[in-house]
Amino acid sequence: MESLSNRKKVLEQKPLTFMERMYLPAILKGMAITFMHMFKKKETIFYPEVQREFSENWRGMHSLKRDEQGRERCTACGLCALSCPAEAITMISAERKKGEEHLYREEKYAAVYEINMLRCIFCGLCEEACPKEAIYLDGPIVPADYLRKDFIYGKDKLVEAPLQS
Amino acid sequence: MELSLVIEKFILITGIFAVSLVVAMYSTLAERKVAGYLQDRVGPNRAGWGGIFQPLADGIKMFLKEEIIPAQASKFLFIAGPSLAILTACIGSAVIPWGSNIRIGDRVVDLQVTDINVGILYIFGVVSLGVYGIMIGGWASNNKFSLMGAIRAASQNISYEIAMGLSIIAFLMVTGSLSLRTITEQQHGFWANGWFTWYAFQQPLGFLIFLVCAFAETNRTPFDLPECETELVGGYHTEYSSMKLGFYLFAEYINMFVSSAVMATLYFGGYNYPGMDWVNATLGPLWGPLIGVAVLLLKIFFFIFFFMWVRWTIPRFRYDQLMNLGWKVLIPLAIANIVLTGVWITAKHTLENSVSIF
Repeated sequence: MESLSNRKKVLEQKPLTFMERMYLPAILKGMAITFMHMFKKKETIFYPEVQREFSENWRGMHSLKRDEQGRERCTACGLCALSCPAEAITMISAERKKGEEHLYREEKYAAVYEINMLRCIFCGLCEEACPKEAIYLDGPIVPADYLRKDFIYGKDKLVEAPLQS
Repeated sequence: MELSLVIEKFILITGIFAVSLVVAMYSTLAERKVAGYLQDRVGPNRAGWGGIFQPLADGIKMFLKEEIIPAQASKFLFIAGPSLAILTACIGSAVIPWGSNIRIGDRVVDLQVTDINVGILYIFGVVSLGVYGIMIGGWASNNKFSLMGAIRAASQNISYEIAMGLSIIAFLMVTGSLSLRTITEQQHGFWANGWFTWYAFQQPLGFLIFLVCAFAETNRTPFDLPECETELVGGYHTEYSSMKLGFYLFAEYINMFVSSAVMATLYFGGYNYPGMDWVNATLGPLWGPLIGVAVLLLKIFFFIFFFMWVRWTIPRFRYDQLMNLGWKVLIPLAIANIVLTGVWITAKHTLENSVSIF
């Protein structure tokens, strides 16, 4: 039947010629190609020493942010835990006492904040859910470890370093 | 037999064993490095300088792994399989002449473990014994996939042994001897009487058939169907773990070393090289032959590299294509090669005789 679109291509399969059936010329050609690759520039990035450049919106390890006065922004509302599709986030909230105003911005804060990095899928929904702009996935690659319990990251690993005055 | 001869042979055997094991060990590293370089990567480079201790690390890892013998497996045969595989791989190097005779003082040392007059037949026997290691291992696993892999290996090796034997018959018509020492000495130097002395240039078709069959006998790509993850889970060593698996993998590399040595000896002049007479005359009867040994090792390394190069270039055959190639292409070609060689030898003979008449 005639093709209406005029884009149809009929593929003809010719029987192999003798040279093609011998395999050897094709094999030699392929071997020449692979041999040339030995002298090409290697693509390997030597990971721990050299790090690949990430794109702007790359999502890595979480960090809990501080505000401009060095106080923790997180108010332990639990929206991040609620939004998390992998249920990787848990927290225990506590009330801010008198004299702790320089530590926590809101009246309620997260006493314990844990992310299970084995569960986390780095989707970034916690970052979007946070009303206080307290959590961002702007860290490096989460490093490997030997025990499962070591992948549960607490506040010691997640909270940003305090401001240098 | 005198004691000194026993000691001499003992040292020689130990040396050859050590060399073939170390070469096989570093072939595993070389394979990964070659694979890396052919694919624009760098290969393992963390253990030691440039990854030089990688084989040791792999070996330690293999030894420390848990050893599992399946409950329903035949225990004796399960252990006998890899042992046989590595044993047959190792004894093949006994008849290969590693160099011409060395003279130390008054003593003439033969750089060959034993010069039996059926050297090629011995190698063929050992190579065909190698199938048993795989077959026994695959059967003893009591696993259908292992058995399937073992059957593949066995049928493939048997099919290609025929073509290999036939290619060797034409070769023997030219050499007139089965002893590897004699064959090597016939290829003395590089150029004589207006043609190359190396048999690869007198038997190019035979060499090609032998090369293809050597790939099949060592279960290397494109003939590595016995190991196949997509169809057979793993192949004949599916149930194997720890060093028993290591022995199977290691046997493959020793096989590669031995078959490279056989190809270098039969077709590429063994320890002969252009200008060897001059080198032997200048360096004396000790260092001259040792350079020959180095040349043989270089040829072997080239062939090992060639094995890897092919492995990382072409994909594997389908099983029916493999059988087609073996039975319908290589065997007729090998028979044609015998006829051609016969015609050539007769023609040459008649021509020489008629020249003497004129």
